[in-house]
Amino acid sequence: MSLPAKQNTIHIEQLRKSYSEPAAGELHYIIKDVNLVIKGGEFFVLLGPSGCGKSTLLNMIAGFVSKSGGNLRVDNVEVNKPGRDRAVVFQQADSSLFPWLTVRENVEFGLRMKKTAKTERRSISDRYIALVGLNGHEEKFPKELSGGMKQRVQLARVLANEPAILLMDEPFGALDAMTRRTMQKELVNIWRETHNTVIFVTHDIQEALLLGERIGIMSVGPSSNITDIYENTLTYPRDVASPEFYSLYNQIQRHFEEQD
Amino acid sequence: MMKWIEKKWISVSLLWIAILGIWQLGAFIYGVDVIPGPWSTLKGGQELLEDGTLLQYIGISFYRVLIGWVLGSLVAIPVGLIIGKVNVIRIFAEPFLNFIRFIPPIAFITLFLVWFGIGEQSKIALIMYATFFIVVLNTLTGVMSVEEDKIRSARSMGANEWQILLHVIVPATIPYIFTGVRLAMGTSYMAIIGAEMIASNEGVGYLIWNSRLFFRTDWIFVGLFCLGFMGFFTDRLFGWFGKRVLYRYGVVSVGARRR
Repeated sequence: MSLPAKQNTIHIEQLRKSYSEPAAGELHYIIKDVNLVIKGGEFFVLLGPSGCGKSTLLNMIAGFVSKSGGNLRVDNVEVNKPGRDRAVVFQQADSSLFPWLTVRENVEFGLRMKKTAKTERRSISDRYIALVGLNGHEEKFPKELSGGMKQRVQLARVLANEPAILLMDEPFGALDAMTRRTMQKELVNIWRETHNTVIFVTHDIQEALLLGERIGIMSVGPSSNITDIYENTLTYPRDVASPEFYSLYNQIQRHFEEQD
Repeated sequence: MMKWIEKKWISVSLLWIAILGIWQLGAFIYGVDVIPGPWSTLKGGQELLEDGTLLQYIGISFYRVLIGWVLGSLVAIPVGLIIGKVNVIRIFAEPFLNFIRFIPPIAFITLFLVWFGIGEQSKIALIMYATFFIVVLNTLTGVMSVEEDKIRSARSMGANEWQILLHVIVPATIPYIFTGVRLAMGTSYMAIIGAEMIASNEGVGYLIWNSRLFFRTDWIFVGLFCLGFMGFFTDRLFGWFGKRVLYRYGVVSVGARRR
């Protein structure tokens, strides 16, 4: 009998995060009553203006930030701490990579923590270093790499743990436009190869439309919420210049303008 | 036109010649008893070398500094890591650290003699004291400036708390520890000279202090130079070690910086 495939569904119900104690009087919510279901294998984008709480929501799914109310379950298990199943790609590679480790050692970090044998570690890191296109850079230190390459290291480093869910917090925000395009394309390719569930946070409408199957729009905080979800059924790789892309772009653009 | 002055060896030797010249000039003006010139300092040094006291004194001072400094650092590093990592301990320890670090080692000499005896223990204890707070404070600062993203990423890759300490916090703190240990070497020399002046029959501090009885200012100069060189060479050696061995942790040696 074969085991049922893991669905890695994320269920979020009435999720809240408040930042002051009830004793101080009125509660302030960063996010309030968020309801969301993300299916296994889906590429979901959280889109919203700066400070709307999208990173907070992502950090709650990661288990870094505790909830103040509601439910947050992955495969029907309540999330209350970080776990290997939920990998995080941070916005700043410089603050999250380990500068004292080489590219390979960074990629093997999770495996080393799990005490995987050296030869196995090596073959796994080889595979993911190749997947993100960093062959030939294995023995370099992060400071010898460009911004885009550092983000590739981050990606390979989390993928080496074979997580079910990839949580990405504006990972390409600090890259130049050209590198960003390349990284977006490659991320889509990697996602289609690994079948991870991806939750991708961004404030860039075009990026959201290039990547996501569904795009959740977050309202301006405080007490922000996912107000609308746009389906994006365009086939990958997506063409920014196509009329369908353009009309979706305008639709979302108008959405934000109306909010102002 | 003035290109030749940019050549390093020319400018450096010119500088040294100028310094020696001014020094010698001072000796001429004020007399060798007040300012022993380069020549009489050299003669004094030769005298002390020949009867063997100089090397012995350098050896003993160096031994005290090394033992106290190594032991002090070995105690201070884990203490700094714990204080930095555990909030509860830090809340209690920080005011205490900031109170006691203003008390210079020299102020403790008498007490340490009473507590640890007049032998080597009291001097080594004094250097440990001189080392301890600098290393603790630097380590602590290092631990507290480890980026949250690093800890979070390690945690989400399955590292437990012990692994985070060992594989993230310690390596990220190494440049701070290194700086602390390096600064501590300076205070160790200061502490040992004070201790040897007051409570010892040997060592460079004793030489400097004792020379006053014979009004041998040239010997005092010899002692001062020895201290300078001892500090300089141990610091360079340590800096070189840091650059070679701890390079990957981001330790940069100030002394050996190249452009």
